[in-house]
Amino acid sequence: MAILIIAEHDNRTLKTATRNAVTAATQMGDELHLLVAGSNCKAVAVAASEIAGINRVLLSDDLAYEHQLAENMGKLVAEIGKDYSHIVVPATTSGKNFLPRVAALLDVAQISDITAVESENTFQRPIYAGNAIATVESLDAIKVISVRSTAFEPAGNGPSSEISELNISCDCKLSAFVEEVVAESDRPELTSAEIIISGGRGMGNGENFTLLEQVADKLGAAVGASRAAVDAGFVPNDMQVGQTGKIVAPELYIAVGISGAIQHLAGMKDSKVIVAINKDEEAPIFSVADYGLVADLFDVMPELQKQL
Amino acid sequence: MKILVSVKRVIDYNVKVRVKSDNTDVDLANVKMALNPFCEIAVEEAVRLKEAGTASEVVVVSIGPKPCQEQIRTALALGADRGIQVETEEMPESLNVAKLLAKVIEEEQPGLVIMGKQAIDSDNNQTGQMLAALTDMPQGTFASEVKIDGDKVNVTREVDGGLQTVELNMPAIVTTDLRLNEPRYASLPNIMKAKRKPLDVKTPAELGVELKAHTKLLKVTPPAERQAGIKVASVDELVEKLKNEAKVL
Ligand SMILES: Cc1cc2nc3c(=O)[nH]c(=O)nc-3n(C[C@H](O)[C@H](O)[C@H](O)COP(=O)(O)OP(=O)(O)OC[C@H]3O[C@@H](n4cnc5c(N)ncnc54)[C@H](O)[C@@H]3O)c2cc1C
Ligand SMILES: Nc1ncnc2c1ncn2[C@@H]1O[C@H](COP(=O)(O)O)[C@@H](O)[C@H]1O
Repeated sequence: MAILIIAEHDNRTLKTATRNAVTAATQMGDELHLLVAGSNCKAVAVAASEIAGINRVLLSDDLAYEHQLAENMGKLVAEIGKDYSHIVVPATTSGKNFLPRVAALLDVAQISDITAVESENTFQRPIYAGNAIATVESLDAIKVISVRSTAFEPAGNGPSSEISELNISCDCKLSAFVEEVVAESDRPELTSAEIIISGGRGMGNGENFTLLEQVADKLGAAVGASRAAVDAGFVPNDMQVGQTGKIVAPELYIAVGISGAIQHLAGMKDSKVIVAINKDEEAPIFSVADYGLVADLFDVMPELQKQL
Repeated sequence: MKILVSVKRVIDYNVKVRVKSDNTDVDLANVKMALNPFCEIAVEEAVRLKEAGTASEVVVVSIGPKPCQEQIRTALALGADRGIQVETEEMPESLNVAKLLAKVIEEEQPGLVIMGKQAIDSDNNQTGQMLAALTDMPQGTFASEVKIDGDKVNVTREVDGGLQTVELNMPAIVTTDLRLNEPRYASLPNIMKAKRKPLDVKTPAELGVELKAHTKLLKVTPPAERQAGIKVASVDELVEKLKNEAKVL
């Protein structure tokens, strides 16, 4: 049986996280189908059809899927997915929102946030904020899986596959989209950036984040934050890195004024190189940092900007 | 309107868990346990809705072995009115939890169900969504704001791109995110009062749910350790190392 992957997109562009999920799926089986459900999203289906390893793209273009409402997406994916051996999504907030509904409708478990595929039915996933790795075997006929993007390389492009249009409209009429407040930024997305510079409570206030932004602009980096910085209102919620925020693993992660609580480390400790700048030499962040600088960030950041 | 809140007993968030030496699971012997932080936020939200006159009763339910009654008592001390424990031998997997909760919903008929977005032990982030599908209810996950307006509830959700607001028909299921509220501390008199609040114990058999295993835990291992790094003395040295040693600049 084939594997169904669900594309992450905004009706215009295909999100990279889809490609990481495809790579994970290639380790589970050979026949891969990719579902693009949205509204006016033909361009996404075309982009999806070019991903290497995909045998077929299924396009479900209907107003009911415009905002990926969980009720409608859950029903659609369960309906299509019942004929597949695996249903695979990237573990983004959208995937996390609708996928458990799919699992419940199919009466199977969901295995969340996998970081390795051991066989077609056995997977690894972090638990307890990444302080333990569980190896879990699925006993279900259909395996419903969300994929942690940082654990799999994004799939590249290959020969294009065929696009089949489906006519399944699942409008549950249980919920309605009201509005979206999207943080606009010219910087790279946190989850796909090569370099990230994150600020914590030590930043003191929101304005001081410009110290990080100036360095980020020089490095082409994304800017992240700890929960404390978000809770204090310094920066918006979508910048939170950690166990319950975004999971990142860039080439370089610079933590500024962040103490390094386990919940923060859970979201960034797989970064290739970690730099910590903190005035407290006992801060736990230094235990994961390749390069630690014990200093006041307000002295360090202007200096760093000058030197880059 | 009645609000049902479902709470899980988990390891205290300040504790760094260790893996057992035989790699069968994590070691929870003598470890401090607590109410899952997201569930605490769920209780707080329900209690605030009651204080505002929107809700008439807050019922809290927890599934698991006997000690999870402690977390039900904590929720009662925070202001919930009555508790239900569904007693199981072990902590059941999410789909089974959702099936048991669906039966409790059938009996209790709440207008709103509030849960945590994630249990900090399993890190599953799925039970609320599963429950919503089983009960055919709409869901507002990762909520940072909940506004009830007649028979609809508007939920603002923390999503990857920012904030999204959806309108749900009630009854609905809401799962909490960190910014929804700041939970209060239970006062000593309220902790005492909580001991006298009703707490019902039910079994899966009474609810007519058969617990089926859908997954098998093969092993639990510690994560790869990071090599300890070095301290640099200045910004000059840092930039030099990043350029020439780590080669990331
Ligand atoms: C359920 C739950 C989920 C959570 N999820 C997350 C999550 O996803 N992500 C997350 O980050 N946290 C999360 N947390 C919170 C986590 O436990 C910590 O509270 C948080 O990470 C602390 O943020 P911080 O390091 O910015 O603040 P603090 O711990 O207050 O640290 C501030 C640091 O800044 C340093 N500092 C201050 N001033 C300066 C200066 N001038 N120069 C240099 N250094 C300075 C201090 O020495 C200190 O080390 C979660 C907590 C819970 C309970
Ligand atoms: N054993 C349980 N008893 C009661 N509620 C639970 C239980 N397990 C999970 N939940 C609820 O489901 C939420 C999400 O848990 P999870 O899907 O396991 O991450 C928790 O915050 C609780 O509200």
